Amino acid sequence: MAERTQKQRPAPQRTEEAPIETPSKSETGEKLKAELDDLLDEIDDVLETNAEDFVKSYIQKGGE
Amino acid sequence: MALRKILGMETEFGILHRRAGESNPIAASSVLINAYINSLDKSGTASPLPRVGWDFVDETPANDARGLSLLAAMAPEVETHLVNAVLTNGARYYVDHAHPELSTPECADPLSIVLYDRAAELILVESMRQANLNLPEGEEIVVYKNNSDRKGNSYGTHENYLMDRTTPFSRVVSQVMPHFISRQLYIGAGKVGSEAIGMSSEQVPFQLTQRADFFEEEVGLETTLKRPIVNTRDEPHADAKKYRRLHVIVGDANLSQVATFLKVGTTAIVLCMVEDEYLSRTFVLANPVQAIRQVSYDLSLRRPLELDGGGTITALEMQWEYYDRARKYAEDRGLECIDQTVGEEVLRRWEHVLTALESDPMQLADQLDWVAKYRVINGYRERHDLRWNDARLAAMDLQYHDMRPTKSLFSRLGVETLVDDEDARVAMSEPPPDTRAYFRGKCLQKWADDIVAANWDSMVFDVGDDPLRRVPMMEPTRGTAAHVGSLLEQCETSAELLRRLGS
Repeated sequence: MAERTQKQRPAPQRTEEAPIETPSKSETGEKLKAELDDLLDEIDDVLETNAEDFVKSYIQKGGE
Repeated sequence: MALRKILGMETEFGILHRRAGESNPIAASSVLINAYINSLDKSGTASPLPRVGWDFVDETPANDARGLSLLAAMAPEVETHLVNAVLTNGARYYVDHAHPELSTPECADPLSIVLYDRAAELILVESMRQANLNLPEGEEIVVYKNNSDRKGNSYGTHENYLMDRTTPFSRVVSQVMPHFISRQLYIGAGKVGSEAIGMSSEQVPFQLTQRADFFEEEVGLETTLKRPIVNTRDEPHADAKKYRRLHVIVGDANLSQVATFLKVGTTAIVLCMVEDEYLSRTFVLANPVQAIRQVSYDLSLRRPLELDGGGTITALEMQWEYYDRARKYAEDRGLECIDQTVGEEVLRRWEHVLTALESDPMQLADQLDWVAKYRVINGYRERHDLRWNDARLAAMDLQYHDMRPTKSLFSRLGVETLVDDEDARVAMSEPPPDTRAYFRGKCLQKWADDIVAANWDSMVFDVGDDPLRRVPMMEPTRGTAAHVGSLLEQCETSAELLRRLGS
């Protein structure tokens, strides 16, 4: 039998750790976006060139 | 007290023989593994010939932990004619069905599993390099560490945990099932779309795990059809009166070391708590098979799951409850069952990951596979304004798992590592010191020519005129460096070893 129903976790020590809204958050967001842009530029060169054929030809037998 | 959790990880890799006309995966897997074994022969230095075949005498994969005889279920096949090698690090490297598979040596803690799982990756990378040296110009064998071909064919990554035989299996099932469903939040390797019948890309653009689409039963013996969330294979590879081995088939192949560490670490702690009857409350989900998909398909991580008897719970709430209980267990009983220091690190990372999943999962792009994969694929999708069913996104999904260093997407994403590659390189040929894998590996390093066969729980020696001698290794925590290190060093010949072991 279920002994537990949905409840909000109290977890005080964890909620205290929740990030505080500061200007640095948007700066971090900008930085993350720039990093992602750089990453996307970089991987463009290594991506499989003919995606459709590659996906189609990736056929495996079941295993285990 | 909970038993020391001796651990193992088995990975079946995806394989392609590119530009070879018709690609035969069984032949390609054999070429791959043989190329690696032959390269060790040729190097003639660090690793002597691991030419030793696998010994199937004690394999009983059709035994069922529930004590049932096999009726409708099929016994898993054991293919004995294909390449099947034992390595000097204590691992088994072989062709399973149509895949190369590597089973790590037995490890005594979750960080050791991370090390040997990374060593396994490096072995596959080196195998590809060796195999491709001998292929005709333009052809290439490529290995992928994933679990599906996106067309409904899945292959497994299995975990193994040594457990106390006296723990009732029904308790294992009921208490570990909710963990298997909810741990998907951090162990998932991510997948674009779904392979479940009738699921469109609009319904499931991206999901947390590779494997959730393939589970159809709650409990059972199968691994290839009607896969169960809790697998009942009862084959301890150890003293069956004392031990069982929980064989876990419901996980993804992780490239993230943090995910591997948490997958094995949290599960080992949960199993210790099961053995010690420490989990006072258990959640019984109304429909576990449905729930495993609901969790995997829900990127909000907030979806309520129905409990048997009414009420709901989310996967995060389940994980917090397991975590809180584990924290208390650690305070009361300690974590020697998985190594105290490593266990504390599991708890620390477990809390960190749950906290981040609750506030903003994207913070974990440098730690978890599904988040890292989602971030890069979704970023690409937004930049090029693609729909989720675009082949370019599916290709990126596959390429995330490409084991070629030049092509791997994963390795470009800056995901945190827990072990040094230098150490993993050593672990390609050196066994862990603290399980019976040490005895297996060291004997192979020293006397490979005298060893006829080996398996998890014994080795067979041929020392000339005498009949073949089987050395049983039924205790996974014996045969360690502490137990037999000096003995192995002192013995010049395997005959001497056998004489001294017998005395």
